[in-house]
Amino acid sequence: MHHVVLERWSRGASALHRLDARAKLIALFALLVALSLTPPAGLLRAAAFLLAVVLSGLVCARLPLTQLLLRAAVVLPFSASVALVSWFAGDPSRAISLLLKSYLSASLVLLVVATTPMPDLLTGLKRLGLPAVLTLVIQFVYRYLFVISEQAQHMRLASAARLGAGGFRISAGAVAVLFARSLARAEHIHWAMLARCGVSTPRPLLARPFGPPDVLFTVCAVAAAAALAILSRP
Amino acid sequence: MHIPDGFLSTPVWAALDATSVVGVAWLSRGASRTLEESRIPLLGVMGAFVFAAQMINFPVGVGTSGHLLGCGLLTFTLGPAAAAVVMTAILAIQALVFQDGGLLALGANVFNMAIAGVAAAWLPWRYLGAGRFRRLAVFAGAALPVLVAAALVLAQLRLSGVPLPGPILGVSLVLFLASALVEGAITVAVVTALEKMHPRWVQAPRHGSALPALAVTALVLAGVVAIFASPLPDGLEKLAEQVGIADRAQSLLNAPLPDYEFHGVDSDWLRRSAPGLAGVVLTACVAFLLGRILVRQRQGGA
Amino acid sequence: MTPLVRVRNLHYSYDNGTQALRGVDFELYPGESVALLGANGSGKTTFVLHLNGLLTGQGDVEVAGLPVNATHLQQIRRKVGMVFQDADEQLFMPTVLEDVAYGPANLGLPPEEAVHRALHALEAVGLKHLEKRAPYQLSAGEKRRAAIAGVLAMAPEILVLDEPTTYLDPPAQRELIRLLAALPQAKIIVTHDASFALAAAHRAVFFQQGIIAAAGPVPEILHRFRWTVTQHSE
Repeated sequence: MHHVVLERWSRGASALHRLDARAKLIALFALLVALSLTPPAGLLRAAAFLLAVVLSGLVCARLPLTQLLLRAAVVLPFSASVALVSWFAGDPSRAISLLLKSYLSASLVLLVVATTPMPDLLTGLKRLGLPAVLTLVIQFVYRYLFVISEQAQHMRLASAARLGAGGFRISAGAVAVLFARSLARAEHIHWAMLARCGVSTPRPLLARPFGPPDVLFTVCAVAAAAALAILSRP
Repeated sequence: MHIPDGFLSTPVWAALDATSVVGVAWLSRGASRTLEESRIPLLGVMGAFVFAAQMINFPVGVGTSGHLLGCGLLTFTLGPAAAAVVMTAILAIQALVFQDGGLLALGANVFNMAIAGVAAAWLPWRYLGAGRFRRLAVFAGAALPVLVAAALVLAQLRLSGVPLPGPILGVSLVLFLASALVEGAITVAVVTALEKMHPRWVQAPRHGSALPALAVTALVLAGVVAIFASPLPDGLEKLAEQVGIADRAQSLLNAPLPDYEFHGVDSDWLRRSAPGLAGVVLTACVAFLLGRILVRQRQGGA
Repeated sequence: MTPLVRVRNLHYSYDNGTQALRGVDFELYPGESVALLGANGSGKTTFVLHLNGLLTGQGDVEVAGLPVNATHLQQIRRKVGMVFQDADEQLFMPTVLEDVAYGPANLGLPPEEAVHRALHALEAVGLKHLEKRAPYQLSAGEKRRAAIAGVLAMAPEILVLDEPTTYLDPPAQRELIRLLAALPQAKIIVTHDASFALAAAHRAVFFQQGIIAAAGPVPEILHRFRWTVTQHSE
């Protein structure tokens, strides 16, 4: 399944994996902004530079090149259809820009997500100012996403085995049952929290220090992004 | 309907990100004040439920099937503030883990679906959910968020200069209308099934302020109508000239990236101020983030 | 000897009026291990949820001499370690270590101490090498042991295990029996599994429609209620 691959990739031991999540997030943000600011005239140069960034990142993190680049292509169908419209509306440079920018942005995000385990990513986001409640909700959604999806998968198989595709009402019933089970699950999780004296929301453990390599990486990435934004001027 | 990165021009995503950051911070503060502890796992599990429910197909018409999108259902069962937080969490995971929607565009997607969408679901439910028109309220509360989000996406693309010829606009509106109707029908069927299982799960509110939702909806309607009705970007430019901010903004905001022109938008004012604006935003963000980290570090080290 | 757990005439009804417990008397002494047997819906799980105040019925419940009420709740929850049936609902934190440290952190310990206790508990269940894993990366048996570690990290006096063999294959069940035998705490084990009850408990009580219908040595109770899979097994 999708997340299993990401989890395996993100638990590597390369230098890129070891960086603080905050450093990677700030770098990602800076590069995405620089790409967004790139005008059509400078786009090809900027795209070549960012592609080099992605590729060297992938090599440095010892991640499978083609698999990752293919996975980032999930954005392409939507981008391609809008790009097609732009092309026929007489704006071919925008069409190219839509395709390149959306694909490169997705690759950059994927590079960071594939080198940062989800718990670290969330801790990083929280320490960068994401509200605590939202961080916790994301953490719980991610934790139970695949548990409940598996349940839904079983229900789909079971209903397919009995009735073929099933009617509208049967599907509604299945969703309602899934809802009821999810409510019960939420209550049990709350019990499990209370049973271990949980009165406050879960706290993160030892905070990781933002070390010199993290500072260096952040400064370099932001400088590169700034250079990209300036140099991609026509 | 999740906007990827690269589609929105810098001023558009920056403005929407700023709006969503403020909106989500406000909603989370409200949520953490009113939520008891037990609700945090509930919100997380309901978010996971919405993800999982998309695997269950509903047959609609010949050979096609739809699935629950869930904005309405979340709003009816959790209330608007909690539903908006859950929708935001879902959109964040879709952007990070599934590359469904961009990261810079996350603010836009959050605004369209979690803020405006939940507001559009909440209004009919708040006013009609307890009365004779309950079914209608469920249907409208599920269908409206889809329409609102779709209209917003199209408006934001247009504002960013993506060409959207009339026929394309028409076709997409018909498709969005169809998926809104499907979402309404699915949600009515699911709510009916839930009522049979436990009458208290989907209970219409008798109190709760609708003012923020009304304000958001009014703004969204005004914005969408303005964007499509006026031959933009002249409108904006004229407005800027009248108020006299164009010159000031230009001198103030162009400083970091002089004579840098932005081609995404066909407006002099926007074109000139966009890179400056983005530069200022970027610099401020990086400074803020680094400052925050260093302060934490010092506190942690003490 | 004073009992660790003393329950007198406990009644409990659900919101919808169903009587789940209709006068339960029960005692647990230090060092012993008791199996709670009985059909689905006979009240076993409802009963154990009263031992740490997750449910509150009518009657007296005392743990280590303290009445289970709001004043003593946190103290009692430290003493009663509850391992729930679905380990996925108990392991709600992003990583194994964070989950096991959740309880100690709630006791107000400094993070270093909470982590230290968590690592110690993980070692006790033989999972120290998996501390960084996400819960879904564990096998069913590892999940169960991680859940037990989360409870052990709070240094409880009593362990309550609800259907601990759910989803476990026979080798994992053997492993669990060995682990439980090595733990000094008094244990209450809710189970359907006759052979597991025989291997893991000193005595058994049998629940029937919300009361304890009989108590005694495990083989005797199993025989008396014909609690076997095959009809003629003897």
